[in-house]
Amino acid sequence: MAEITGDAAAARLKARLRSQGPAALALFPAMVIVVVAYLGAMIWTIRLSFTSTKMLPVLDWVGFQQYDRLFHTERFIDSIGHIVVFGILFIAGCLLLGFLLAVFIDQHVRMESAFRTIFLYPYSMSFVVTGLVWQWFLNPGLGLQKIVRDLGFGSFTFDWIVNQDMVVYALVLAAIWQASGLVMALMLAGLRGVDVELWRATRIDAIPAWRVYVSIILPIIAPMVVTATVLLATAVAKLYDLVVAMTQGGPGISSEVPAKFIMDNLLERSNVGLGSAAATVLLVTVIAALSPWIYMQAIRTRGAHR
Amino acid sequence: MSKLTCRLAMAFTAAFGAASLASAPARAAEPMKAEVIHWWTSGGEAASVKVFADAFNKAGGQWIDSAVAGGEAARAAGVNRIVGGNPPTMMQFNTGKQLDELVNNGFLVNLDAQAKAQDWKAVLPKAIDEASIRNGHYYALPVNIHGQNWLFYNTKLLADAGATEPKSWPDVIAAGKKVQAAGKIALAHGGQSWQDHLLFDAVLAGEGGSALYMGVYGPEPQAAIHDPKFKHVAEMFKQLRDLMDPGMPGRNWNDASSMVITGKAGMQVMGDWAKGEFASARQVAGRDFGCVVPGAGGYVLGGDVFVFPKLPGATGETPAQAKLVDIVFSKDIQLAFSQKKGSIPVRTDVDTSSLDVCAQKGAAAVKDVARQLPSTSYLISPDENGALNDVVTQFLNTPSETADDFVGKFAGAVKAAG
Repeated sequence: MAEITGDAAAARLKARLRSQGPAALALFPAMVIVVVAYLGAMIWTIRLSFTSTKMLPVLDWVGFQQYDRLFHTERFIDSIGHIVVFGILFIAGCLLLGFLLAVFIDQHVRMESAFRTIFLYPYSMSFVVTGLVWQWFLNPGLGLQKIVRDLGFGSFTFDWIVNQDMVVYALVLAAIWQASGLVMALMLAGLRGVDVELWRATRIDAIPAWRVYVSIILPIIAPMVVTATVLLATAVAKLYDLVVAMTQGGPGISSEVPAKFIMDNLLERSNVGLGSAAATVLLVTVIAALSPWIYMQAIRTRGAHR
Repeated sequence: MSKLTCRLAMAFTAAFGAASLASAPARAAEPMKAEVIHWWTSGGEAASVKVFADAFNKAGGQWIDSAVAGGEAARAAGVNRIVGGNPPTMMQFNTGKQLDELVNNGFLVNLDAQAKAQDWKAVLPKAIDEASIRNGHYYALPVNIHGQNWLFYNTKLLADAGATEPKSWPDVIAAGKKVQAAGKIALAHGGQSWQDHLLFDAVLAGEGGSALYMGVYGPEPQAAIHDPKFKHVAEMFKQLRDLMDPGMPGRNWNDASSMVITGKAGMQVMGDWAKGEFASARQVAGRDFGCVVPGAGGYVLGGDVFVFPKLPGATGETPAQAKLVDIVFSKDIQLAFSQKKGSIPVRTDVDTSSLDVCAQKGAAAVKDVARQLPSTSYLISPDENGALNDVVTQFLNTPSETADDFVGKFAGAVKAAG
């Protein structure tokens, strides 16, 4: 008995090797890159965050000294506040606007492809270009405010970009302008996948269109919403170039973001220890934010297997 | 920590950049090739660096230009190549605390022989001379001097508004009020944190005086920071905010210069590199625009230096490096370079009468030891400098922040970064 099972196990292993061996071999280089470049760099960064490194790596051990300084640095604390506000408004705004645009195009309007191209066009630009364009547009002496004032509305004021309390919203505005087209494209793909019969059925039942969208269509395209949210969330975590191009963190430090703090400390300020500490905090935060989702996925897969 | 582990660690960081390591020995075999990393990429700057390149090529060398846009990017590229084992022959750098790390890890060649032969000690301004020395040896070759606390003004606009050349910071505010009354912007300012800090240092040197400036950026800063005079400087600085226009935040310095050039604004505080903007608009110093260092304090000196990394296989200076030092430091090349760059020669024994009025004023100030003040990049680490940028820009842009709040934050930032 035991011999037979042993043989069967060996044969199974052989078959598995034959079918999966080449695939594993082909994936090996990619795996090495992931382990060395991503994991290795991550571990190296975390290690450096516990050292007194300035410009060149020093492998001493200073405990949580860099973290202590980090959490007493007003600019970093403010940066976290800004990114939270930015993240919530940006993701919510993009999803809402993207969905509405997709619904609009899904009405089979005339010149649909032209509209689609126009809405998606901003996404083809880099954040740096978007930042510069919006910087000019919002500049009180050059852009919108000046144009409206020149038209005769002398008291018109739109100075978000130079106003400490409003500058984060100016960033949100520019970012939504750029990214909502992408959300539209994703949602539109979802909408086009909805069965036409479903629409006929709802029409027979005389359900108002908005109700159909909210209660029936949205749950069907939920995977698209999740995809869009994940894409937008990564854009939030790495938000850097838009800020550099648009406000350089100003006025004062009122539009600083964590990624810019990290880059400034790594390069310009030759303060690799503090920059690494900030990067580690960012990494831990992202993992903490993602873990409920990963956990949920795990439960779901286990359920599916059962 | 031993030098070896340090190198190993750094080699790891530069692992991918070091792919070109294999080509290093081949480079060393040809002695008169010189690869130079610098960040002089704008039109006028590129023209000025060509003065060096042409002179070196004429002397039988081969200049390989590796310009990298932006100081920080260029420095990062250079440092990565040094630790990766493939250093450039010559590299533009800063003489701040950053230089210490390269020197202490033995990455640079010392230039003592040539410094002695050319008598650097006698011809360099004292502040620049001291900044080039580490542990008693010369490790940096000073190239030029940029004054950093100039006030440039539109002569016609000031005259029309009934104001005269401001001699002190209270004068600047008084003149500014007159310009505003005439319906123009008083002070064109670029609201980026480094420019805010530059402006603050100009007020600190001019209104606070040289002693306070050196105290604040010296080894024992806390007493100077809590001096009532420092608070007075902060208050004066904050008053300047009222002279600026609302579109100030985020503006580039050259856009601010063009506001003065086109007569939209009366004055700008900037380093003398701004003269390049005036020159390219065909404005003449002393006629179309004026220049003055306000206040009784010193002349804040910045400037560029070159450093010479130890090349693979060489024990000290290579012939190419020696030649470069000779060329950069020679009198006529110094003058030709500064004419194009808008700076002043680093040697005090060069005849500057062919330079413009502002450069001559600057050269006169540099010769007076009592007026020499090193810029912050000589005195404090980039880390501290950056942290202070944050504090200063926040103070300038936050109407509710008082001078007392500012003094507390300034002291805290100095302590954290020190």
